[in-house]
Amino acid sequence: MSIDIDTARKVAHLARIRVEDARLPDLARELSGILGFMEQLNEVNVDGIEPMVSVTPMRLKRRADEVTDGNMQEAILKNAPDAREGFFAVPKVVE
Amino acid sequence: MSAPATPANSWTIAAARDALRKGEISAVDLTMSCLTAIDAADGLNAFVHKTPEIALEQARAADARLAAGDAPSMCGIPLGIKDLFCTKGVPSQAASNILKGFRPEYESTVTTKLFGDGAVMLGKLNMDEFAMGSSNETSCYGDVVNPWRRGNDDTALTPGGSSGGSAAAVAADLCLAATGTDTGGSIRQPAAFTGITGIKPTYGRVSRWGIVAFASSLDQAGPMTKSVRDAAIFLQSMSGHDPKDSTSADLPVPDFEAALTGDIRGKKIGIPREYRMDGMPAEIEALWQQGIAMIKDAGAEIADISLPHTKYALPAYYVIAPAEASSNLARYDGVRYGHRATLAAGEGIVDMYEKTRAEGFGPEVQRRVMVGTYVLSAGFYDAYYNRARKVRALIKRDFELAFAAGIDAILTPATPSSAFGLGEMASADPVQMYLNDVFTVTVNLAGLPGVAVPVGLDRQGLPLGLQLIGRPWEEGALLNHAYVLERAAGFVSKPAKWW
Repeated sequence: MSIDIDTARKVAHLARIRVEDARLPDLARELSGILGFMEQLNEVNVDGIEPMVSVTPMRLKRRADEVTDGNMQEAILKNAPDAREGFFAVPKVVE
Repeated sequence: MSAPATPANSWTIAAARDALRKGEISAVDLTMSCLTAIDAADGLNAFVHKTPEIALEQARAADARLAAGDAPSMCGIPLGIKDLFCTKGVPSQAASNILKGFRPEYESTVTTKLFGDGAVMLGKLNMDEFAMGSSNETSCYGDVVNPWRRGNDDTALTPGGSSGGSAAAVAADLCLAATGTDTGGSIRQPAAFTGITGIKPTYGRVSRWGIVAFASSLDQAGPMTKSVRDAAIFLQSMSGHDPKDSTSADLPVPDFEAALTGDIRGKKIGIPREYRMDGMPAEIEALWQQGIAMIKDAGAEIADISLPHTKYALPAYYVIAPAEASSNLARYDGVRYGHRATLAAGEGIVDMYEKTRAEGFGPEVQRRVMVGTYVLSAGFYDAYYNRARKVRALIKRDFELAFAAGIDAILTPATPSSAFGLGEMASADPVQMYLNDVFTVTVNLAGLPGVAVPVGLDRQGLPLGLQLIGRPWEEGALLNHAYVLERAAGFVSKPAKWW
């Protein structure tokens, strides 16, 4: 499967990574190379095989649905690039 | 046994533990010895955030515990911590510019356990960005330099990756041991490249809580040490169930050090024929044969085995790991922590995400996030991601069949070569770099424990290691096999100090 420039642009956008137009041909070539390597998987007969969901055969533990911590507003906002009045601040989303 | 005559920073954990308990050295003096070595080793670029104040405070507390007779094995042992571990109030940025300035408000479970046992943190160690790399060349801090050189040739070599800072720091005696993490070989490959021991435990043995996530179904933390005994002592302290990581196993942690009997008579060691790769250097093949002879001499039985899906492990890994990474790294959006791009007038929130991630992630991380995004996207999910997960199930089954047939452990090379030069792979296809993981990645896909042990030097004077793969949850037995190999190989070489 070869990735063309339009697909590379679309993937970059889906991944929310800005890629300048001049870089797209190289990116398309790199992604095509990696996907080409993955094509080997098509040689394997996977009929009747279930996709692995858990590498160890164990059921995830459950716990009671109750609040175990909280009241950490200051700690949570401490590393924010822009925090105001107890909230994370972002550029205007709604006009 | 009295304390070794060598400088304290070069001691093993086991030797230091005994000397500390006998009062032959204080934890403060032991820590100072490492801090001095670290300050003289900036040329290696292994320690990227030094924490001498924390180290000395912890060392003083360890001395008090030692004096009170309440000293677990790790008490007073100076360690390096990979930058992937969140350490409270100390920069923890996974070697990425996107986490520049990030100081966690919490402590990872692994470091909490280590500090609870009295261990000392000397600082944070360099690594590949988000643990994505095999040469420590994708770090925002710059390359780590391997303390080993090719004889008198001063070409700078890679320590391997992603735990390259950990490997270099242990090999150069800047610390007694270091934490590493391993998603596709990131403990075992750098351990092999620097002549030290590194174990990736069974998936679920060690809590992942507070470790920056790369590929959650593959990531495991483990120790990087100067001996197999040290790996047993260190792993003991890191292991155990953690309610904060639902994939951590609620199983008792056995005494790993007590498992080191040196007796593997009657054990059956599998030699997988698929690991004999085309174009494998003769020296690697010869090393493997030496290892087989050592195991045989120790009274174990050697059995040729087949792991037929080995060839497909790398392509499966390079679908699954980037897919998980693309999800895990979605959190780096410039909102809650780390870097945020400066916006031009009129730019909105999507511009903020895209510019932040373009500026903050390096090229290899961007590539893997985009590959992951692609294989998970509508229309390709079945063709790539689901197929890779089916192949993963087959790879795991290969191992299960071998173990069911009575195999106790599997012996393979650790890496397809010795350490290569920094920059040597710069113009190579990304896939060429991925081939470094060819012997290690199967173990992550199957969730098994794997250990790299230094066994010899190549013609250029560089260390080479072998890998032993064990049954799930049997790290003790695995380390005992490694202990036998270590004793038989008698690897004692150290890099000549040039830094």
